[in-house]
Amino acid sequence: MNGLPILSIMLAIPAVAMVLCLFAGKEAARWIALGATLLDFALGIVLWSQFQTGPGAPQWQFTEHHLLFGQKDGISFSWALGIDGFALMLIELSVFLMPICILASWRAIEDRVPEYMAAFLGTELLMIGTFAAQDLFLFYVFFEGGLIPMYLIIGIWGGANRIYASYKFFLYTLLGSVLMLIAMFYMALTAHTSSIPDLMAFDFPPHIQTWLWLAFFASFAVKMPMWPVHTWLPDAHVQAPTAGSVILAGVLLKLGGYGFLRFSLPMFPEASAQLVWLVFGLSAVAVVYTSLVALVQSDMKKLIAYSSVAHMAIVTIGLFAFNRQGIEGAMIVMLSHGLVSGALFLCVGVIYDRLHTREIDRYGGLAINMPRYALLFMLFTMASVGLPGTSGFVGEFLSLMGTYQISTWFAALCTTGIILGAAYMLYLYRRVVFGDLTKDDVRAMPDLELREILCLAPIAAVVLWMGVYPESFMKPMREDVGRLLARIERATPASDSQPTPGHPVAPALEGAAQAHGEAH
Amino acid sequence: MDYATQLAMALPEVLLGTGALFLMLVAAWGGQGSTRAISWVSVLLLIGATIALAGPASAGGVAFGGLYHADMFAAVSKALIFISAAIAILIAPRFFEQTSGDDLRPEYPVLILLAAAGMGMMVSAGDLLTLYVGLELNSLASYVLASSMRRDTRSAEAGLKYFVLGALASGILLYGISLVYGFTGTTLFGGISDAYAAAVGQPRNLGLMFGLVFVFAGLAFKISAVPFHMWTPDVYEGAPTPVTAFFASAPKVAAVALSVRVAIEAMGPAIHDWRQIVIFASLASIFFGAVAAARQTSIKRLLAYSSINNVGFALVGLGAGTEAGVASVLYYMAIYIVMTLGSFLVVLQMRDENGEPVETIASLAGMSRTRPGLAVALAIFMFSLAGIPPLLGFFAKLSVFVAAVNAGLYPFAVAAVVGSVVGAYYYLKVIKTMYFDAPAPKFPGRITFVEGALLTLTAAAISPLGWVLLPALGFWTEAAARSLF
Repeated sequence: MNGLPILSIMLAIPAVAMVLCLFAGKEAARWIALGATLLDFALGIVLWSQFQTGPGAPQWQFTEHHLLFGQKDGISFSWALGIDGFALMLIELSVFLMPICILASWRAIEDRVPEYMAAFLGTELLMIGTFAAQDLFLFYVFFEGGLIPMYLIIGIWGGANRIYASYKFFLYTLLGSVLMLIAMFYMALTAHTSSIPDLMAFDFPPHIQTWLWLAFFASFAVKMPMWPVHTWLPDAHVQAPTAGSVILAGVLLKLGGYGFLRFSLPMFPEASAQLVWLVFGLSAVAVVYTSLVALVQSDMKKLIAYSSVAHMAIVTIGLFAFNRQGIEGAMIVMLSHGLVSGALFLCVGVIYDRLHTREIDRYGGLAINMPRYALLFMLFTMASVGLPGTSGFVGEFLSLMGTYQISTWFAALCTTGIILGAAYMLYLYRRVVFGDLTKDDVRAMPDLELREILCLAPIAAVVLWMGVYPESFMKPMREDVGRLLARIERATPASDSQPTPGHPVAPALEGAAQAHGEAH
Repeated sequence: MDYATQLAMALPEVLLGTGALFLMLVAAWGGQGSTRAISWVSVLLLIGATIALAGPASAGGVAFGGLYHADMFAAVSKALIFISAAIAILIAPRFFEQTSGDDLRPEYPVLILLAAAGMGMMVSAGDLLTLYVGLELNSLASYVLASSMRRDTRSAEAGLKYFVLGALASGILLYGISLVYGFTGTTLFGGISDAYAAAVGQPRNLGLMFGLVFVFAGLAFKISAVPFHMWTPDVYEGAPTPVTAFFASAPKVAAVALSVRVAIEAMGPAIHDWRQIVIFASLASIFFGAVAAARQTSIKRLLAYSSINNVGFALVGLGAGTEAGVASVLYYMAIYIVMTLGSFLVVLQMRDENGEPVETIASLAGMSRTRPGLAVALAIFMFSLAGIPPLLGFFAKLSVFVAAVNAGLYPFAVAAVVGSVVGAYYYLKVIKTMYFDAPAPKFPGRITFVEGALLTLTAAAISPLGWVLLPALGFWTEAAARSLF
């Protein structure tokens, strides 16, 4: 606003810190990473406070533009940054979770610390870049570049089966994305621009839209992840270190939803409407199927990973509901899931650090010797279930309400996910926290230490804030949802939940009523 | 046009040719002791030839009655060729010094100079005869280079294999040339182009058709595109590593540039005939290179398959057949040689405690702990070869795919892009070995100053810092492509 390229600075800080980390020692690398992420968080707060909302505010704020190479009217590559409300909220989520991730791995990671911290800073850089990019190809560079640090994080610091998981993660997501790249070429060549705001206003012919939509869908569906291309996620989660899981669930999964919101809907409204059955169908299967799968897991992280797939399906149905409740709800689910699943993974990490197992059966009765832990874990479990007063409720309720306006059947199917969600989360909580404290090694586990409370308490506060007063989070997005709706309303699919028009009232009856009135 | 002007256009080749002959005499009298001096003079000659490109060599036009084209396309290709040839000379001394096979002979730089002169002729060829003479000058020097480790049987085998198969390919190419000459009545590219243009719309002329197919088959051998690739892994594995680095860079650029020139200048009107060949060779190279590389245990064989795979991607640009397509081929090759030379610089550091070279991928295990700098560099090259942004390899792939999409070849572009995912697997395998596996014995020794500087430069150029080079690269490759149309 005051001419300071704040987004570029937010990208430069982790970049510089990443290089510094590589040359630093163990302890220094930890402090550099923490300092850099906190600095970015501070800038994130500045960003939010400076962000203009309300009807008069410009759609794109904090914009920067420098043409790097290529022609302006064809395939070009520009350093074009800028954010709207959606991007702002997701950037806030990233910069908020990042210092927590660094703290969470403060002592859990003792092996190759400088590289670990550098990989995390690289991830932060690429995530902020993805949300802030306003050039099609710059977006792709950030979007795909995220593969490199995540591949290394899973592969180096992961668990026993880490190699398989890292390959699966990398190749799955790469295959999804390259098809999108070809579609991007076509778009840039047809519209003679690679600027995302311009493309969002460009009308592609409907029959081409279908192909482009499918190419983008291939990429975003894998990132999201949607059933049936979700199988990389449980593997990646289980093998990644705690902080890796937090970032994966907290922010990387949001890239898919952000992609639908930024590309699929505004750029291909007709195709989105035409293929809404596909999205709804896959989402409904995901909600029911992955919730059932989550019920039978014996590994805590796998259970939460499957629950992520189910929550992300609520996001996709909300996005493709073509109405305000659906889209706002989907955004809130994304933010809420980012916080809650991140926190749940941290909770798993806390007990994993003590006992070095993720087997649910190895625990039990933690409420007795770890009361503070039990309380926080309870809060996040309830938020994941969608209890009113927590962030989960707001998002899921809005999202499902939006869906109901388009398709009552799919709304009904997806709502079963809430019930199943309660089932698997409460079952998990019962097995881990309640019951008798029978195992000696579990009895020896100490309660939360200060560092762990510092990780979990801020998330708990935001979860409650979002649950009680979601307006703070919806306000920056309100105008953008309106613009998106104005763009896609021409294609809104027919709804099956409109009230049936009644039979026209017979004139005689009307006359009789009139006569009746006069009689008085 | 007087003779002096024409020679001025060919100044780079004149410099290299006379320089090579003179240094050959010095080598004959000076013996083994003169190796170092000859190497440095050769590097200076190559730099001189590169500088000479700024003169009439890049803008002179046609010389020697159409035999030789001094245009921007030739100049840009030559700059790439000469620089990689100079690097091949710079990285040789330490390898030969430490390896028991043989010492570095003074003939090594001289042969590279001769090969470079031949490659210069290849990319400037305006006539089938210049093409053939340039090609053979390069090939004959290369056969000797491949077997320059004289007491090493693998090196001798590589040289022999290269020679026999190369001779076969030359035969195929010559047969194609004779058919083309027979049915067009000329060996000049311009005349051949007119003959092919006249044949468009006529009943199919089998002679022209066969000539075209054989010429492309011969060229496919030189660029090691599938199905004429089988010599590559054996030769790359057997040849001394600096020579392999040379084979993977300069002659690749020369052969690809030559193929582009033949396709566009001589056979441009027959694009619908050769495009099928190029598309097949491209996709076959991409997929075969990727699948076959996955099972390799030797890093040099892996890089050989990687070069097959990469030629496939470069051909995507040629398949487009447009001006942008030609520019993208050069763009791709320029970035490719930096990546491949960088990778070979790392391979050069792989030695056991006796100083003997090690080539297994398994020996890279845990290199991120034992030699972190080398591991980071190789990881950059591998991710870049796999085409992952923000590294430069991504922009190379981007440019060829854009050209293909621009030419309307959607299925081709989609297939090639899927091939790039298959290829990513084996590059990841190298990174996995370096970063995820438990450390193997450390490679002892320190990197020399020259090699360290080259490695840093190449790695920095491929990293996002290299973005600053991209506008210039785009400008020059576009200028080069414009000169062909």
